[in-house]
Parts: sequence; structure tokens; C-alpha cells
Amino acid sequence: MSEPHGWAPSGVEVDRRAYRRSRARRSALISVVSTVVVVGAIGLVVVNSSGWPRVRSTFFDLGYGWRVLPDILGGLWLNIGLMLACGVCILVLAMLVALTRTLRGPVFFPLRVLATAYTDVFRGLPLILVLLLLGFGVPSLRLSFLPRDPLFWGCVSLVLVYGAYVSEVFRAGIESIHPSQRAASRSLGLSHAQTMRFVVVPQAVRRVLPPLLNDMVALQKDTGLLYVLGAVAYDAILNAKIETAKTFNYTPYVVAGLLFILLTIPMTRLTDWVARRQGWSEGNDGSGPRATRGRAGRRHRSEPDPQRRGIGANAEGSVG
Amino acid sequence: MAEALLSVRGLRKSYGDTVILDDFSVDVAAHECVTVIGASGSGKSTLLRCINLLEPVDDGQVFLDGIDITDPRIDVDRSRASIGIVFQSFNLFPHMTVLDNVTLAPRRVHGVPRDEAEATALTLLDRVGLRDKAGARPDALSGGQQQRVAIARALVNQPKLMLFDEVTSALDPELVGEVLSMLADLTSDGMTMLVATHEMGFARQISDRVLFLAGGTIAEQGPPAQVLSDPVDPRTQQFLRRIIEAGRL
Repeated sequence: MSEPHGWAPSGVEVDRRAYRRSRARRSALISVVSTVVVVGAIGLVVVNSSGWPRVRSTFFDLGYGWRVLPDILGGLWLNIGLMLACGVCILVLAMLVALTRTLRGPVFFPLRVLATAYTDVFRGLPLILVLLLLGFGVPSLRLSFLPRDPLFWGCVSLVLVYGAYVSEVFRAGIESIHPSQRAASRSLGLSHAQTMRFVVVPQAVRRVLPPLLNDMVALQKDTGLLYVLGAVAYDAILNAKIETAKTFNYTPYVVAGLLFILLTIPMTRLTDWVARRQGWSEGNDGSGPRATRGRAGRRHRSEPDPQRRGIGANAEGSVG
Repeated sequence: MAEALLSVRGLRKSYGDTVILDDFSVDVAAHECVTVIGASGSGKSTLLRCINLLEPVDDGQVFLDGIDITDPRIDVDRSRASIGIVFQSFNLFPHMTVLDNVTLAPRRVHGVPRDEAEATALTLLDRVGLRDKAGARPDALSGGQQQRVAIARALVNQPKLMLFDEVTSALDPELVGEVLSMLADLTSDGMTMLVATHEMGFARQISDRVLFLAGGTIAEQGPPAQVLSDPVDPRTQQFLRRIIEAGRL
């Protein structure tokens, strides 16, 4: 923190800062000590309990875990690929459905009904049921014009179910944009479609980014459910299942679980970060002169500050 | 009066059982500045929104340059583009820079190339004294500055008619002046304007004619000096008495 020119903190302020620093050091020390004590105590209790050796050898067999890691990691790439491919399809489908539901006028009535029925049905159905119905059911129809690959139908299931959820997220975002924005846009002569495209949707998407990313984290995990479709998709979970079936040692599941956690943590952090920023700052349309943008940008970024400062002050207060 | 630029004929608008405008008629000549005053809920905003077709009307017609814009067979977006409106709450697009706010309509509605649209927009921003804010986002501006941007945005379509819907009501008192002086400039440039306002000083000094709205229609109209100083209708008298009591005249 650099001070502006021509100002040096007064004696009172220097004193206050020194006091705050000493309090901060003290509370850091307390938190370290208490963490070590609590974690150590839990560890001691667990390790010394009678069943621990068996738990360790069944769930935490390090050597075995290391041996199966490459196979499971290989499968994880499939999960990541599925997540990305399905994610893109979901966003497109969901946006189309959400936009369809905002259309007014009798011409669009059937489309609106269709979109509403779609969200109602696929939000209500358990994902596993859709997977079984489409993944096994459709290929068994033996209709020549339909793909037979269960993996394809697995992805379709994910897209359909998640598309329904995500379309509701988009719709909530679109409806959260104040009608005055629409009025302003229409008053300038923009059509309904142009208003959606340039005014409403860009704001709506920014607003729902945190819940959207949250759904993507959930999707990342749910790609694991495709394992029920069997040998077509050697994803991380199926590989873990195969390994476990060979030895009745559950370490591969733990390995797969850890990998999924490692995968979702960055996504979750990203979500948190986006939610915190929750701003227009540096919007994605890079148009307009840049000359004064820095100035405006700073204003934006400084906006959440009072809140953060407030939280900081509270934390400080509660330590003392 | 010569052929009116704006002609409202028998306009009716209601929300549920509440009739806001009832058989409302008014003519505004080209280059005329007309202020609309009246109590809250008297229909000032509704009138402006109906003229701009932001609200569907129950009955009656609105003619702009002799063309009935309430006719469903005409292109609503085209007619709207020739009427500028400025709102009480600015309604700038918060995700765009000031410049993008102003160039949106020319680029998307009229298909003007970006360079040309930006040049025009910068000229307009210059006129409202905000050229240096072109790259800023609306929420980095003061209320008065935002409202001036909104005026520039409405002017960029080169409207025949400008509607102002209580444009200073959401501003801090010290910022009202900068926006009102913009309106005064527009009047002296010969813009045709319909201004709903609570600023009696503005109505008195700038406008050619004052309409006092009550009971869904024009209770009284005339030159500002007459309506504001020597009102005939008892409702106008009462309204102005309250304004004076509130220290606003």
C-alpha cells in the first residue's frame, strides 16, 4: 500500500497500525497452533482405532493406488472431454430454450409450450433414468437412421438434463434485467431480437455466471455417471471399478475421487472469483477507445471494496 | 397553428380499472417546446410512453409528421427511431462504454459503419461536454453526466421529436442545472420537445406552452406565464399552491 504524495500517517495512525499488526501476528499464531492440535488429535484417534489397519489397506493402499493411477488418469481425459463437449452443447441449447420462453406473441405459442414442456420434463427426470432410457433403450430400437453408440446417447442425456437446468438459469438472468433496459433499447429503434442480442443477454449472462459455473462443476462430476453404460466408455470411474473388481480393494475409487476433486477445485475457485468480481469490469466486447477505460475500470474494481473492507474489519474486531 | 409535427387524437390508456388518459388530444408544432406538469399519477409519463409506443394504447391515434404511428401496419421500430426519449432513471446500458451506448442505435438500426458512428457520437458527446468520458462505463459517471449521455444517445438518431420524462427527478439538486441547460440548448436549436417535469422554473423560462394534466386529460394549457402565475382551473391552482408550499417555485 503506497501512500499518496504529501501525506505521512500521523502518530496515532502509526500506533494503530502497529497494534493491528501485532494482533494479526497473534491471531495467526493461535490459528496455527489450534489447527495442529485439532488435526493431530483427530489423526491420533483415527490411526489408533482398532479398524484402522483394515481401512488403510482397503481404501488407502498407496502402492496399489499408484499402480492404477495411470489407467484412471487416462479415463479422466474422457471425462474432461465429455464435460467440454457436453458443456458447449448445453450452453447453446439452454440459451435457445431460454430465449424461446421469452418470446411474446401468439405465433410463438407452440414454441413456447414446447420449451416449457422440455424444461419441466427434463428437470423432473433423474439423470440416471434418462441415461438408461437413452443409452440402452434407443440403441435397442435398431433404427438404422439413429446412432447406435451408447456414448453418444449418454452425452445426449447429459445435454438434455443439464440443458433444462441451465436454461432456467439463463431465463432467471434474462428476467432479472430491469424492463427499463428493454424500454431504453426499444426506444432507440432496436427490434426485440436486437434488444435481446445487444442489451439483455450480455447483461443476463454476466449476472448468472456464478450459478452457471456451478452447474458446470456439477456436470464435470456427473460425466462419471456414464460408466453405467458399460464398456463403451472407459472413463475414470469405470476404470476404477474394473480395478476394484479384480482385487476387492477400494483404493481405485478413492484415487478416482481424488482426481475429480482436484479437477473441480479450480472450477470452484474460478466460480468464487467470478462471483466476487460479479462486475462489468472489462466487459468482453473490446470496443470503444481505451484511453479512459483504465480510469473507469479502476472505479469498477474498487466497487466491492467497501464490503470487503467491512468484512476485514469485522474479522479484526472479532479477534481482539 | 401550422401543420402539427406531433398530433395526439383521442388517446385512451388504462391499467386495469384505472384510466390514466381519457380522450386525450394535443398538438405540438415543429420547434415547439411544451412542458407537461401535473400531480404524480396524472399521466405525464404514460403520455410520453404512449407517444413512443412503449405502451400499447387502448384507443386513439398518434400522428407524427402526419403519419399514424399507432397503425399496426407500420414499422414500429422505424417510428421509434425518429422519436428520442430520455428517462427519469437514465437507463444507460451498464455493460457498454459511454461511446458504445451512443453508437448502438446508429450501428445496429441504421447500419452506419463503426468509424462513422463513433465520429458522430463523439461530436454529440462533445456537445454534452462528455467527450473525455467516451471510454468510461456509465456507473463511473455522476447522475448528471449519465443523464447527459442519455440525451446524447437519444439525439444520435436525429429524432424529429424529443420526449423528456422527468429527467431531473432522480438527480441531486446541484446536478439538475447541467441537465436543464442541455434542454435549454436543444430548445434554442429548434428541437421539438415534450417535457414532463416538476421543475416549474424550467417550464416558465424555457417552454412555449405548459399543459397541466388532471383527470386523464388537459385541465389547463397556455403560455407559461398564464398557467403558472394566473391559473384558471381550480385543480391547477391547488397543484401550484402545493408546489409553492414545498418551496419549488
